[in-house]
Amino acid sequence: MTSITKMVTEAFEKDESHGHIHIEAKPYSNPYLVGIGLGLVLLAAFVIMGRGLGASGALSTVVAVTVNTIAPEHASGNNFYSEYIGDGNTNPLMDWLIFQVLGVLVGGFISGTISHRVIKGIEKGPRISSKMRLFYAFVGGGLLGYGAKLARGCMSGQALSGGVVLNLGSWAFMMMVFAGGYAAAYFIRRQWI
Amino acid sequence: MNAPFFKFDYFNTDVSLIIAFAIGIAFGIALEKGGFGRATILASQFYFTNMRVLKVMFTAIVTAMLGLYFLSVIGFVDLSLVYLTQTNMLPMVVGGLVAGVGFVVGGYCPGTSMVAVATGKIDAVVYVAGMIFGIFVFGEMFPMVEEFFNSSFMGAVTIPSYFNLSYGLVVFLVVLMALGAFAAAEWGEKKMAAKTGKEKV
Repeated sequence: MTSITKMVTEAFEKDESHGHIHIEAKPYSNPYLVGIGLGLVLLAAFVIMGRGLGASGALSTVVAVTVNTIAPEHASGNNFYSEYIGDGNTNPLMDWLIFQVLGVLVGGFISGTISHRVIKGIEKGPRISSKMRLFYAFVGGGLLGYGAKLARGCMSGQALSGGVVLNLGSWAFMMMVFAGGYAAAYFIRRQWI
Repeated sequence: MNAPFFKFDYFNTDVSLIIAFAIGIAFGIALEKGGFGRATILASQFYFTNMRVLKVMFTAIVTAMLGLYFLSVIGFVDLSLVYLTQTNMLPMVVGGLVAGVGFVVGGYCPGTSMVAVATGKIDAVVYVAGMIFGIFVFGEMFPMVEEFFNSSFMGAVTIPSYFNLSYGLVVFLVVLMALGAFAAAEWGEKKMAAKTGKEKV
């Protein structure tokens, strides 16, 4: 396996040195056009399903099912887990959000592959070590997981989808996300700029 | 035909899962094309150097909102059948603040982190692990926070119904606000580019 990878890599390097193949990541699309595209996807979700998009809910189901598998009594005694597990008549993993998030993974990979943007790496500014960046990634993920659950949804489920249907709580959530982000940005600036 | 289709039983739950997968693919493509698979681009929103997040998000909201409003005015979509998350104001405000801090610390939001994982970003994999941990901690703490979680309950409430305004007027105001935000974003980016001497990604 390793030798095959090596051969392929070398083949590409050779070609590139002769200037035959230029694999360069394409630039990202115009944000307003992407916004219209994303808006039409959202609209399709509302028209077809009567609901918007989501993300964090799928992970909540995975967490609840995992806890339920390891400690069923503990899970059923907890209103948060039991809500995601359901009444036992249906498989909680056969869920709209889970399939939608699987689609996001596939869609992201397809689009990234076409534009040569599937590049293994760590996203960070120049002034921070990879180790610290990964530490912050974990902490930030933890905060978002906790915050999104407290707020009954994340940027997709609340801010985007709730924003479209003019949901009062969703707009409050959206403003608070920007407020929290801008308030913390200064203290974490070494990570990004 | 009447919409939302699923609410009028045009197809069953199994088919809805296939639709979920297809819509997810389109969602993933849009996020990737917008540059949202990269934490450096997402985070630059909070330093005013690249306002892509705001532009994409508000354009998407305005597009879908206008579409949905138009389809309901012509009687195609029954807005009362569209799902509205209930509002619990205090936990949503606190949760929003925590999520906002998590956004700039972690570099992603849940949806964008999936695209980043799919395009090879190791920090996104760690971020998702953190998110699962955060949800687990929330779950374990739930008996303690349950009261707060269910506090300040306002039901399924929209901005027009709460402030007693017409739906169309609020739609119009959101469009105006978005246009103002776009103008401010373009202006701010130019200012920052002149200050730092760097072009945005």
